[in-house]
Amino acid sequence: MRIHCPCCGPRGVAEFSYGGDGTVRRPDLSVTDTDAHVAYVFERENPRGRHVELWHHIGGCRHWLLVTRDTLTHEITRVEMAGRFAGEAARMPGAGA
Amino acid sequence: MSGYRLPQGGSHLDRSRPLAFRFDGEPMQGFAGDTLASALLASGRVLVGRSFKYHRPRGVMGAGPEEANALVELRDGARQEPNTRATMTELYGGLEAASQNRWPSLSFDMMAVNDLLSPLFSAGFYYKTFMGTGQATWHFCERFIRKAAGLGRATHLADPDRYEKTNAFCDVLVVGAGPAGLMAARAATAAGLRVILADENARAGGRLFEDGVHLDGLAPAEWIDGALREIEAGGGRILPRTSVYGYFDGNVLGAVERVADHKRKPAPFEPRQRHWTIHARHVVLATGAIERPLVFSGNDAPGVMLASAGLAHATRYGVAVGASVVVFANNDGGARTAIQLADLGVSIKAVVDPRREIDPALAAALGARGIRLETGAVVAATRGRKALAGIDIRGFDPISGALGANVMQPGCDALLVSGGWTPSVHLASQAGSAPVFDAALQSFVPGAAREAWTAAGACAGTLDLAGCLAAGLEAGRTAANACGKTAENRDISLPALSGQLAGAELPFPLFDVPATGGAKRFVDFQHDVTADDVDLANREGFRSVEHLKRYTTLGMAADQGKTSNVNAIALMARARGLTAPQVGTTRFRMPWTAVTIGALAGRETGHHFAPVRRTPLHDWHVAKGAEMMTAGLWMRPRAYIGPGETLRDAYIREATAVRQRVGIVDVSTLGKIDVQGPDAGEFLNRLYTGGFAKLPVGKARYGVMLREDGIMFDDGTAWRLAPNRFLVTTTTANAGAVLAHMEHYLEVVWPELRVHVTSVTDRFAGMAVAGPQARKVLQAALGEGDVSTEACPHMGIVRGRIAGAPVMIARLSFSGELAYEVYCDWPAGLAVWETLIEAGKPNGIMPYGMEALGTLRIEKGHITGAEMDGRTTLADVGLGGMASRKKPYVGSTMTQRPAFVDPERPVLVGLVSRDGQAIRAGSHLTLPGGGASLGHVTAVTWSPALGANIALAFLSRGRDRHGEVLEAAFPLKDERVAVTVADPCFYDPDGSRMHV
Amino acid sequence: MQKYSAFSLLRNALSGHRDWQPAWRKPDPKPAYDAIIVGGGGHGLSTAYYLAKEHGLTNIAVLEKGWLGSGNIGRNTTIVRSNYMLPGNNRFYEWSMKLWEGLSLDLNYNVMFSQRGILNLAHTPSQLDDYARRGNSMRLEGIDAELLGREEVARRVPGLDMSPDARFPVLGGLLQPRAGTARHDAVAWGYARAADARGVDIIENCEVTGFLREGGRIVGVETTRGEIRAPKVGVAVAGSTSQVLRLAGIERLPIESHVLQAFVSEPVKPILDCVVTFGAGHLYISQSDKGGLVFGGDIDKYNSYAQRGNLPVVEHVMSEVSVMLPFVSRLRLLRNWGGIMDMSMDGSPIIATGPLPGLYLNAGWCYGGFKATPASGWCFAWTMAKDEPHPLNAPFTLDRFQRGYVLDERGAGPYPKMH
Repeated sequence: MRIHCPCCGPRGVAEFSYGGDGTVRRPDLSVTDTDAHVAYVFERENPRGRHVELWHHIGGCRHWLLVTRDTLTHEITRVEMAGRFAGEAARMPGAGA
Repeated sequence: MSGYRLPQGGSHLDRSRPLAFRFDGEPMQGFAGDTLASALLASGRVLVGRSFKYHRPRGVMGAGPEEANALVELRDGARQEPNTRATMTELYGGLEAASQNRWPSLSFDMMAVNDLLSPLFSAGFYYKTFMGTGQATWHFCERFIRKAAGLGRATHLADPDRYEKTNAFCDVLVVGAGPAGLMAARAATAAGLRVILADENARAGGRLFEDGVHLDGLAPAEWIDGALREIEAGGGRILPRTSVYGYFDGNVLGAVERVADHKRKPAPFEPRQRHWTIHARHVVLATGAIERPLVFSGNDAPGVMLASAGLAHATRYGVAVGASVVVFANNDGGARTAIQLADLGVSIKAVVDPRREIDPALAAALGARGIRLETGAVVAATRGRKALAGIDIRGFDPISGALGANVMQPGCDALLVSGGWTPSVHLASQAGSAPVFDAALQSFVPGAAREAWTAAGACAGTLDLAGCLAAGLEAGRTAANACGKTAENRDISLPALSGQLAGAELPFPLFDVPATGGAKRFVDFQHDVTADDVDLANREGFRSVEHLKRYTTLGMAADQGKTSNVNAIALMARARGLTAPQVGTTRFRMPWTAVTIGALAGRETGHHFAPVRRTPLHDWHVAKGAEMMTAGLWMRPRAYIGPGETLRDAYIREATAVRQRVGIVDVSTLGKIDVQGPDAGEFLNRLYTGGFAKLPVGKARYGVMLREDGIMFDDGTAWRLAPNRFLVTTTTANAGAVLAHMEHYLEVVWPELRVHVTSVTDRFAGMAVAGPQARKVLQAALGEGDVSTEACPHMGIVRGRIAGAPVMIARLSFSGELAYEVYCDWPAGLAVWETLIEAGKPNGIMPYGMEALGTLRIEKGHITGAEMDGRTTLADVGLGGMASRKKPYVGSTMTQRPAFVDPERPVLVGLVSRDGQAIRAGSHLTLPGGGASLGHVTAVTWSPALGANIALAFLSRGRDRHGEVLEAAFPLKDERVAVTVADPCFYDPDGSRMHV
Repeated sequence: MQKYSAFSLLRNALSGHRDWQPAWRKPDPKPAYDAIIVGGGGHGLSTAYYLAKEHGLTNIAVLEKGWLGSGNIGRNTTIVRSNYMLPGNNRFYEWSMKLWEGLSLDLNYNVMFSQRGILNLAHTPSQLDDYARRGNSMRLEGIDAELLGREEVARRVPGLDMSPDARFPVLGGLLQPRAGTARHDAVAWGYARAADARGVDIIENCEVTGFLREGGRIVGVETTRGEIRAPKVGVAVAGSTSQVLRLAGIERLPIESHVLQAFVSEPVKPILDCVVTFGAGHLYISQSDKGGLVFGGDIDKYNSYAQRGNLPVVEHVMSEVSVMLPFVSRLRLLRNWGGIMDMSMDGSPIIATGPLPGLYLNAGWCYGGFKATPASGWCFAWTMAKDEPHPLNAPFTLDRFQRGYVLDERGAGPYPKMH
């Protein structure tokens, strides 16, 4: 499996560390309702198919990436930066010039 | 009589270079270019191995990776290599091979008694018996079963060879250098692409050597050499002896090159094998096909061989596999093989074909050579146990499948068999494409591609040579297109073929011949799975292809079912009244062919398994007698053991020095993170349980971080160096995890925070000077800087210089004594350390290691990883006061959950041994006299300061139990120690010693 | 049920094995049962068996999407052990061990449970302390455990790299002598055959496509072979738990699906006599009765429903095995496979009533499902029959994450990839 890092280009999966489901949102610090935090920390949709997930490029630029990957085929269709560079996406093979 | 060397011929052979070798100790001779199998056959050797279960005598069956019978123990000593296929072993001078799975000898194998008992040993028999009275019966029987099973013998000696790994990037990877692969590689090269052409054989060409043709007027060897030169000239890389064994996600393929397996041993510094990770934009699969045997009574007799193997041994190695050969085939390939062999000087007695007629041109050619053709006939049985002596040819009705009358019972010493061809779809299947059934081939071909590959030639179901060449060219062009090279290359054209024989290799759908005379009909030769076993599996309900495989072990031997898979599916389909595609095939998994484990490990083995991290003071520690210990990847001094001292003596001396005078310890391994930005204070405020936003510049503070679930994650200190800058220290173990944790929050959770974090762990060396004399020593060492109480109060930070190097000093204490952590540039570490030691000499400074550090912290009740074990809370370790109530932080809400406020939770306590006995770490606490575990001991020491054996422990309701007497039980060694529960801070509980 | 024994084998051998009957029937589903178990893997089949045997519930069906035993019961490294540290875990796994010890006779099917021992190697003093804590915890619960020194380890496992200057030298180990391996497929087949003999309908190629509900209660399932009603529906589909429960409207669970790869070498004569685990990494290895070295390491560490993994994990596992047992480097890797693990958020399983009335959940087995097969079925059968957990599975609730009572044997935290 290779991940096209928007910062570093296509790299082997061994350079990355998995960060899990990228769609869960941490409740604001001010939220003191335990259930909201329990949902964030423990509960996952765990889909069979399209999955938006976090990867940390620990062996490269150390940015966190949002990767759209199929959990059944492992096919990666989109990689973008998370956080402050959100929206910066990698050019994927087959996506044209 | 049996196999012999033909007077001439052998495209792979160098008859000017004879090579001596030994098989089962017997001296033999072959030539350079031989395989072990061809050399054995040329020497007249028929019996080469014994089968797995029944220990049946077996001979060479194939000429390539499909070999199921001729497995040998190659080499000896530490290089002994069991289960090596003789057909893939290139002969070298001095080769030593031994037959395997026999006792006492290959010819006389006592274990062949299994064959007599074979009526009992039906598929899955072991599930039905050996139960007796329970486990004891099975354990008794299992010993014998284990000894009987297995194939070759491995050695316990460490592998002396080395393996290397490399990555390769290319536009097009062509797997297989047969006719299709060569054409594909030529076309892709001509299109200007970077090509890698890999083939598992020593020489490229594949079946070109067997087809008896000329290409553009050239003999195959010449044409192949020309093609290879052309590919290399175009920048392509040719990898012979390289098995592409795995197709992984994203067009990453794994391959193993046998660099030195064709030598007696690797040259100095030469790897034995090399692992290639190949990243290809496009892959051409030209992996060919494997011939299928036919299933008939006695089809495993030594001397029965695949037709293609009989031909390959003659064309490549100049070997006649028998003096009197019969061919039995369900396709025109049989007759063609007979004709070619006859032309090479092999004596062919007859061709047996179940069809009513064969291609008339072939029939005429057979007649012209005086070869008898028996159509509408089959081989129904064989004679001879350790060597084929003859066969029974019977009439056969192709419509009903029934056997007819006896035709003849000729004597023969070799029988060449062809049941059609099975495309090698393995890599495509690994890449996620389920194989689809091709009725004409009576086999499976690759399904639709999901990764970027194109299949060409026999592996895609094209069996004729012209078709393979054309398909290869087309695949090369497809690959070029896929890589953006749309210009069609006109330089490459198909070679003109001459000398081709007529006929087609599409098989008549005959897989098995009805049983005669009770002899077994083998489907899987290596695992001794018979047609009857397939029927039994069906009868007992193990009907899906996976159940069939698992119940009978069909296809699970070292040959991975390369020759048995399709026949088994066909037999099961017939038994169930289904078609083969309805039964389906199993999913192929890596590896295509068994690969050496060492090659996959590469150099990351032995001492190179993991990198060694050393502090800048490492050599100093070692020179001063330190016993070093591993701490994660780091090496740290455990204690500096003096002459005549034990480890215990040493740490007591070191810890005593710290309490009474002064000590110094290397803390360079602590994680260090530079946290910068306008929101740095706010950021740390959110991560730590305590408050950091208002920490004044020039002050440090101890802090604990929680995980999101409210459990303690890590502890350390944060030093405010400037309004926008902190230096954060972490534990040695969690340095990487804390950095990733911070990066996660900054980038994913709170991107609005203006903070940047950088690891500076190996930017700064660190050392702690601790003890009543610490200030004096430090001040003496400082070239500039002031560590007086006024300039550097408790938790204060000052800067200075030692040995000319700038240092940062924070007054922090882990030992409970007056102590300072001194950080300097990594390269300056040794000079700073030595200067401190020198300055401390008048005060009796003593370096101390992990053991003394542990003792000092246990005396103070300070926590480390043993207490922060991923299950404990701040309150558990008595740091509940550090949980800020003024602000939320990561994990704060989750600590409100019921389990966190459960009064039964084990909490940190101290233990004092009552009778002077040492307490063991890992003990559990029970009431005196025993009972259930109330908690466990995390850390123990003999405390020189207290003169007592003490420990830290977690104890349920521990805070209410101070003063109570319990037992620290260690049932693993039948030990119990009476202990008194105490406060975990044994020494200087009010902290006056560090506030001086 | 046709009795299996040496005698019956002999008798059938004389008649050419033509009289053996199918190990289990291939019935069509009935419109209704007293209970349905979704999932014809090890846990589903053992649940059915113990429902019939222990609770007299025989009008029940096991529904399997594909072929029986096609999940993780047939894709593991066959290790059976009860060497857990936390009492909530070790009591449960020890009960499983006791069931294993009588299983072949109980099922009249030789599952080849071979008690050859498991040895966990320790490489640092603190790891030895951890093993002591675990071993003592086991001994206090009446479970066998021994702490071995370096010499004893070397004596028991020839071929280990015992050199003192090894990167991570072996200091000792924790041995559980009663642990071992079993023939994984046989466990599924043995339970299927024994459950079938007690009247359980085992229905293969029957995929559950939905749940039947009445007033918030689950009253049956829709399948590719029609509707099947039952007042109790147990789900034991580890690997696919999220997918199946989504059909019942449960969108989120404390579970992620990950792929775990396993490996087997070519078969060789006996060379490794116990199960060994590497302490300076994550590796477990044993030799099968057939002769292959069976081993595995970490999961691939990303969500996956593909029963195959990638090269970095393969390389790392091979590296670990070559470091621990340097002779293995010379052997060849023969096969690799992948299984889909229900990785729970604390590394421990779920055996509980709910999450809806009429529904029962058996899930979250992480790497540990195979050894749990007997006790999992036994406890799940109890839970389904009595509508409350047995004390042995009482800690394995679904709401423990909400309440904080997690069972984190590794102390790794709420990160499925770390367990």
